[in-house]
Amino acid sequence: MHESILVYRGFRYLKLSLWMVAIAVVAYIVHQPTVGPPNGGTALGYTLGTIGVLLIVWLAWFGVRKRRYGLGKVKLEDWLSAHVYLGLGLIVVATLHTGFQFGWNVHTLAYSLMIFVIVSGIFGIIVYVRFPRLMTENRRGSTQRDLLAQIAELNAKAREISVTLGDDIHNEVMASADKLALGGGALKQLSGRDRNCPVQHAVKRVGELVLGLPKSDAEKGRTVLSLLARKLELVERVRRDLRYKALMDIWLYVHVPVTFALLASLAAHIVSVFFYW
Amino acid sequence: MTEHFRVAIVGSGPGGMSAAGRAAQSKLSHVLLEKTDHLSDTIYKYQKGKLVMATPDILPLRSPMDFKLGIREDILGTWDKQTKELGVNLRYNAEVTKITGRKGAFELTVNGKDKVTAEYVVLAIGLQGNLRKLGVPGENDPRIQYQLDDPDEYAEETIVVVGAGDAAIENAVALAKQNKVIMINRSAEFARCKQGNLDLITKSLEKGVLECMYKSSPTKVEAGPRLKFTLKTADGEAVVECDRVIARLGALAPRAFVESCGIQFPSKDPTALPELSAHYESNVPGLYVIGALAGYPLIKQAMNQGYEVVEFIQGNECEPADEPLLKEKFKGALLDRYGSIPGLLAEMQKTVPVFSGLTTLQLREVLLESNVHTPKGGGEIFHRNDYSNTFYTIFAGEVGIEIDPDHPDEMVRLGPGEFFGEMGLLAGRRRSATVRATQDCVLIETSRREMIKLIKSVPKVRDVVDAAAIERQIRSYIAPNLSKDDMAAVLESAKLRSFKANEVIFNEGDPGDGVFLIRTGSCTVSRRIGGREIVMNYVPAGHYVGEMALVRDMPRAATVKAAIETEAVWLDGAGFRMLMDHLPQLRSQIERRIGAIITQTEDISQRPEAGNLIQFLVQEGGKEAADMLLIDEALCVRCDNCEKACAETHGGISRLDREAGPTYATIHVPTSCRHCEHPHCMADCPPDALHKTKDGEVFIDEQTCIGCGNCERNCPYGVIHMAYDPPKKPGLLSWLLFGFGHGPGEDKIASHASHEGKKRAVKCDMCKDIEGGAACVRSCPTGAAIRVHPEQFFALTTHSPQ
Repeated sequence: MHESILVYRGFRYLKLSLWMVAIAVVAYIVHQPTVGPPNGGTALGYTLGTIGVLLIVWLAWFGVRKRRYGLGKVKLEDWLSAHVYLGLGLIVVATLHTGFQFGWNVHTLAYSLMIFVIVSGIFGIIVYVRFPRLMTENRRGSTQRDLLAQIAELNAKAREISVTLGDDIHNEVMASADKLALGGGALKQLSGRDRNCPVQHAVKRVGELVLGLPKSDAEKGRTVLSLLARKLELVERVRRDLRYKALMDIWLYVHVPVTFALLASLAAHIVSVFFYW
Repeated sequence: MTEHFRVAIVGSGPGGMSAAGRAAQSKLSHVLLEKTDHLSDTIYKYQKGKLVMATPDILPLRSPMDFKLGIREDILGTWDKQTKELGVNLRYNAEVTKITGRKGAFELTVNGKDKVTAEYVVLAIGLQGNLRKLGVPGENDPRIQYQLDDPDEYAEETIVVVGAGDAAIENAVALAKQNKVIMINRSAEFARCKQGNLDLITKSLEKGVLECMYKSSPTKVEAGPRLKFTLKTADGEAVVECDRVIARLGALAPRAFVESCGIQFPSKDPTALPELSAHYESNVPGLYVIGALAGYPLIKQAMNQGYEVVEFIQGNECEPADEPLLKEKFKGALLDRYGSIPGLLAEMQKTVPVFSGLTTLQLREVLLESNVHTPKGGGEIFHRNDYSNTFYTIFAGEVGIEIDPDHPDEMVRLGPGEFFGEMGLLAGRRRSATVRATQDCVLIETSRREMIKLIKSVPKVRDVVDAAAIERQIRSYIAPNLSKDDMAAVLESAKLRSFKANEVIFNEGDPGDGVFLIRTGSCTVSRRIGGREIVMNYVPAGHYVGEMALVRDMPRAATVKAAIETEAVWLDGAGFRMLMDHLPQLRSQIERRIGAIITQTEDISQRPEAGNLIQFLVQEGGKEAADMLLIDEALCVRCDNCEKACAETHGGISRLDREAGPTYATIHVPTSCRHCEHPHCMADCPPDALHKTKDGEVFIDEQTCIGCGNCERNCPYGVIHMAYDPPKKPGLLSWLLFGFGHGPGEDKIASHASHEGKKRAVKCDMCKDIEGGAACVRSCPTGAAIRVHPEQFFALTTHSPQ
């Protein structure tokens, strides 16, 4: 039955990660460096560093594994659950590896990039837990294509009726269709709003204009207004939908490129440690 | 002047034409009389470019004319050429209106006036008959057509299509692409068409692609620049102006004409066919019948009959075309024992009751489609829980059925003439028991398709199978170890009952008068709680319902409704109580079950939404599914990795549409195959390209699919679509560095397919050939996609994902 990655297989990978962290912490406390304060250059430092590098490479391999469709017997959910918990565990392992020695150098750069990647990952977990349900509730069983089709239908109906209601109303109705923009740039999608939404504008204006209609047209005017109001609700729903999707996607645009930067700086860190120390 | 011939052949379809060709080849004086101005009118009227099938594939063709799978135009062209080359004496526009006389001196009246005499007559007029006309004044206007060759020929016209059958619907929908189409239906609904066409027309009408006038019938047609079509409707008279009328009103069966020739039919049933000798001779000596009218609707069979009938007329014995194939099947000791195939077949009809109701020709056909097995004593024939669905008859030897997997030694033994494997066939479920040969056997294994055809068309087969099946089902699902006498007492009261989809089997509060053993189909159990009907559970075939009221001596505690067309064995209360008294295990098993039901009922009555979810899943295909893909939208991050994985593992085309499909609460049923127990898609596949694997997956054999689209239309869940082969994907580097083509996971619906080559049907095959199973589920990173069996619906509702 359905199981989220967080509870997957009775927290198997959380337990694994906690064991790893616990062992690292105990070792850190027990270990007494022969020279100087704890740092990456001691026997424990090298061990933790090696574990950290292997973890980072393995975590980054997830991007490749995800695209190897149909291969391998292990479910992708296993991979992701492990990716999440071991990735979180990495914070402790890597921090202990530093021996809390930070500075303005390439080593700390690698560490900061790693933390940045992990933090973006934590953001990812949060949106993955929170937004799928909101998205379903917001869609109410329709697909995005259904919603757009309904909007188009309302456009056509409103246009047909408003033809006889004078230029002012008709122009508002036309603009509410022609100038309507859904989606757009990243910021617009993430905000889920349009300050100059032509539909909102039309609802407000037509609401006023309807009052001035002769009695014989009043009924038609009210129909147009209700069509516009229904459209506004749909438009807002689509914007919310796009916003959720954008939030679920955006963090990957940070998580993945910064991972590459991390791998590069990690290489620099290792090379510099072994050749120039 | 009256002309005289040895043989007069009436009708130039495949059968008649082949007979005439053979007569010409044998220098026999003959005439071939065809009422139209072209050969083979039925095939001539197929839509342009239609692919004509050459089934059954294994049957060799025996005819002076060629025929193989091809498009209509090529086949007709070949036949035209070959009738000329062979020197067939062919008369077009020669409709035979009367046949009198007797063997040696028949007289045929042509077009009501000319006479032809012949010693023998071969009737090969098919079943199509004469097209029914509108039957109103003005019906002969050239703009009124009774057939449609190419719907794309017309554009921008207003066309009235009269009729409500398959042909009318197919024509109307095809015409509606480029024209304004109005259908005229005499009744209030479409009741005479195939399910696929009913869906097609319902959808088209909903979308407003065309209009339909119900309860309307034509009264007259007046010519003019446009046709004025007057109708009688429920609201009075109506006039429709149009450019063209296509009337598809079916045909007048040729039976009256055939009877006027003296040929008798065995019954009044409109589908009855004349009784014939093994030489295709009717009760009128010298008058032969071949082709569809003789019960052989396939082109190749009819052509073979044409050849054979001319041989018979010349006094030559000729063994049927399938004889070598049958000899090959039965070669060895078996054939030696009976001497010849006819001897073997006669023995088979004597020993095997299922086959006793078949004609020799039918039996030959069945055997052609069957396999003969000769397992040695001890060999396993199939295993419990296999998903195979063939039917076995025992010709010699003995098999044992291990009904109880815990006691493999307790076997029910079956001997010659008996059969097994019918439960998989009827219920479409896994094999309920392991069967092994207890002696050396001769078994005949018949395909599901062939058996279903027989059960539907030969009442005797159905009766024999049903009678035995009821006993086996009681044994297998309720009381494995019942003695013969006790079983006889139970069977006395057992009755087969069938229910339509949504029909109530019994109502909450009814007196409990018996138990229903669901044998095919499935049902839902519901109760009224707080004025609302809440579904409590789903019961698939192979289980029984109604035992609670009997045990507790109370009225029915719940309502049971058939979810789809369902067949149940009804056992009366006394009979079932007797069973429980005799079988203490059964009683304790039922007591345990009742305990579980009570807990479950209490549980669901506290959570009506769980009942709603079960109801939703049942409706969305659970009622007939072997397996459903469900997505929990509370977990789904809409990454579409499931679709990408599907496309990447199936030649570039996803068979799954994640977003489409209904949702209840957060459970979403995407558009993906349910792997039905009795798949709708398999019902009408001309090349038999759809199959079910041992594990129940329904898949399409890509090599044999002809792209006709029947399965797409017949699937009620819209999970099959037609697709061209996608373009080849570039190597990873040339995609990554140079942007050639589409990369991994991209373009999963193959929008860039070339639209060249063969279009074929694609659907989910449950990744049957891929190690590890369904790629969609394995590739879901968040665990939102799972596959469930309907038996797990209740468990699904008790499990919270977070």
